[in-house]
Amino acid sequence: RAAAELLAHLERLALVDFRDAEGVERLQKAIQFADRLQEVNTDGVEPMDSVLEDRCLYLREDNVTEGNCTKELLKNAREKVEEYFVAPPGNIPLPKLDEQETFLQGS
Amino acid sequence: MAAVAARGCGGAVCRRAWQRGVARKARGGAVPAGKSGLAPWVPVVGLEIHAQISSNSKLFSGSQVQFAAPPNSLVSFFDASLPGTLPVLNRRCVEAAVMTGLALNCRINKKSLFDRKHYFYADLPAGYQITQQRVPIAVNGSLSYSLCIDNKMSQMVTKTVRIKQIQLEQDSGKSLHDDIRSQTLVDLNRAGVGLMEVVMEPDMCCGEEAAAAVRELQLILQALGSSQAVMAEGQLRVDANVSVHHPGEPYGVRTEVKNINSLRFLAKAVDYEIQRQIEELENGGTILNETRAFDSKLGCTVPMRDKEGKQDYRFMPEPNLPPLILYDAKSLPANVSHQQVVNIDWIHERLPDLPSVKRAKLVEQYGILPEHSFTLLQNEDGLTEFFENVVKQTQMKPRKVIGWILNDLLSYLKQHSLTVKESPVSSFLLADLLNLLEKKEISAAAAKQVLAELWKGEGKTPLEIVKEKKLELIQDQKELEQICQVVIDGHENEVMAIKAGNRKVLNKLIGLVQRETHGRSNPVLVKQLLEKKLSE
Repeated sequence: RAAAELLAHLERLALVDFRDAEGVERLQKAIQFADRLQEVNTDGVEPMDSVLEDRCLYLREDNVTEGNCTKELLKNAREKVEEYFVAPPGNIPLPKLDEQETFLQGS
Repeated sequence: MAAVAARGCGGAVCRRAWQRGVARKARGGAVPAGKSGLAPWVPVVGLEIHAQISSNSKLFSGSQVQFAAPPNSLVSFFDASLPGTLPVLNRRCVEAAVMTGLALNCRINKKSLFDRKHYFYADLPAGYQITQQRVPIAVNGSLSYSLCIDNKMSQMVTKTVRIKQIQLEQDSGKSLHDDIRSQTLVDLNRAGVGLMEVVMEPDMCCGEEAAAAVRELQLILQALGSSQAVMAEGQLRVDANVSVHHPGEPYGVRTEVKNINSLRFLAKAVDYEIQRQIEELENGGTILNETRAFDSKLGCTVPMRDKEGKQDYRFMPEPNLPPLILYDAKSLPANVSHQQVVNIDWIHERLPDLPSVKRAKLVEQYGILPEHSFTLLQNEDGLTEFFENVVKQTQMKPRKVIGWILNDLLSYLKQHSLTVKESPVSSFLLADLLNLLEKKEISAAAAKQVLAELWKGEGKTPLEIVKEKKLELIQDQKELEQICQVVIDGHENEVMAIKAGNRKVLNKLIGLVQRETHGRSNPVLVKQLLEKKLSE
C-alpha cells in the first residue's frame, strides 16, 4: 500500500534499493506484520527506547587514551592523499526520480 | 548591493522598524524612499551557535582534541566508525554543558537523552551524528547583552534573548574540496569533538543585536572555560535564521545563513539577508525556505548547493547510551562513586564571575562608567589587567586613567594591530607618565607627545623624554607672569573686550601664552595669572 513516491523517497534516504515488484511486496508484508503492534493499548505508558534505561550511563575521565594510529586507519582506505581519506566530491547524485520508476516498473 | 536601511533597532519590539531605504534595482536608478507609502518591515533573527567544548579528549572517545595536528592523527577507532566500537561519554563535557546552562539561567534537565541524526556526508563516517534532539541537557534560559545606541559609547541599552536549549553533540570531520581533481579530502581529527549547540530564540532584529549577543556569549564561555570560543579557529560557529514580516502579520518564511566566520561578518550577513528579503518581497517575489552561504568577499548571501531536496534526518534514540542522569544536593545517590556523579549544585557553587558581574565590580571598585567597563572587557584580552596595573602604580584617579587606556593606548594598539600583550608601552611606563602629569610637571598635551615617543619602544623613560624634548611645565611663576604680561601688552583689543565683559576672549589669550611657552604652561595657572593681571 506504500505509494511509489514515498518508496522512492525512502530509497533515496536510506540508499536501499527495493529492486523489483517482489521486493516492494515483501516490504508491504513487513509493514503489515509490524502494524500488529498497534493492537496493544499503550495509553499512559512511557515508550522504552533502550533496554539500558535503568542502567547508569558510565562517565569517562577526560584523559587522552587513544588516537595516533593514522597508518592503521589508512590501511582501510582504497585511496589516500598524504594521510587524508579520499572521497568523491559532495554526494554522488542519485538517478532522477523518473529513471528509478521505470526501473521498478520494468522488472 | 543595496544600501542598508535604518540601524539601531532597539528593544524586543523594534524601535524603528525597517523601511525601504534608497534601493537600487537591477536596472535603472534609485527609487526614493517612502514612494508608495510602504508598510514597515519587522526583521526576525534567531541564532544557532555551535561551541566546541574545551576538553582534553573527545565527547565519546579518548582521542585528543587539538587544533592543527597532522591529518587523521587524533582519530580513534570509534571516531573512524569502525565496527565493534561504542561511545563512552566524557564527564568533562557534561560538566561544561551544565556550567554553560547555569550561566545562561537554564533549567538543567536531570534526565536527558541521546539520539542519532542521520545524513550522508564524507566527513561523517558513521552516517549519523549523536546529538540530543528529544530531551537536551538544558532548556529555557536567557542571555542579557548590551548595545550602544547610535554608535556612541555614551548610552547603552540592555537586551535579552531567550535561550531555547543547549544540547551536547558530536562535531564532524573536515572536508577539503579539491575541485580540480574532483575529489574531497577527509580529515577526521575533528570528528567526535564535543560541541554545545546553543539555540537562541528569534528575539533579535538586526545584525548589530546578533553580533552583540554572540559576543556576550563568547565572553561567558571564555569566563567559564567551557569553550575557548575563538571564531577564527572554528571553536564558535554561528548560523543565522532570518525572516521579515509586517507588524501584526504572521512570521515570514525564514532562510538559514551559514559560513559566517567572524562577528563583523555575522552583522553584515544578517543585515544583507534582511535587506535582500525586503527587496525580494517588495518586488513581488517570494522567499524560499533555503540555506544560504555568506560570501565575505562580495558581502552577500548566495544559495548553497541543493542538498538532495528535503532532508529527513530519521531521528532515533541512540541505543548504546542510557539516559544521562544528573544530581543535585538533595538527590545525591548514596552508594555511587563520586567520579560517576555530576552534581549540579556543586557546579553552581563553583561558577566563576560572569562578565556582567566583572563589569559591575569594575564600575564599583574604580568609579568608571558602565560603558568603560564594557570596552575593557569586550575589546581585548588583558586590557582590564593592564588598566588595573596602571591604577596600582599611579596616584592618578582611575576615572582619569581609564581615558588614557581607552582613548590613547587602545587606539595605538588598533592602529598597529597589536594585542595588549604586544604593547611597547608597559603598564609601568604608562603609570610613570601619568604620575608626571598628575604631579603637574607636564601638561596633558605634553603627555600625549611623550606617549607618542614611548610608543617607539626605544627604551627611554618618560622623564628622559620630557627632559630631552624640554616638555616640562614652567614652574617659575615670575617667568610665567612676564610672558602673560607680554601677551597682555601686545593685545589691547582683546584686553578691552575681556574688561567689557566678554570672558570667552580670555581663552584666546591663554592660547597665546601656551604658544609662547611651546605648550609648557599650565593652562589653569595661566588663566589665574591673566585674570589677576586684568583685574589690576
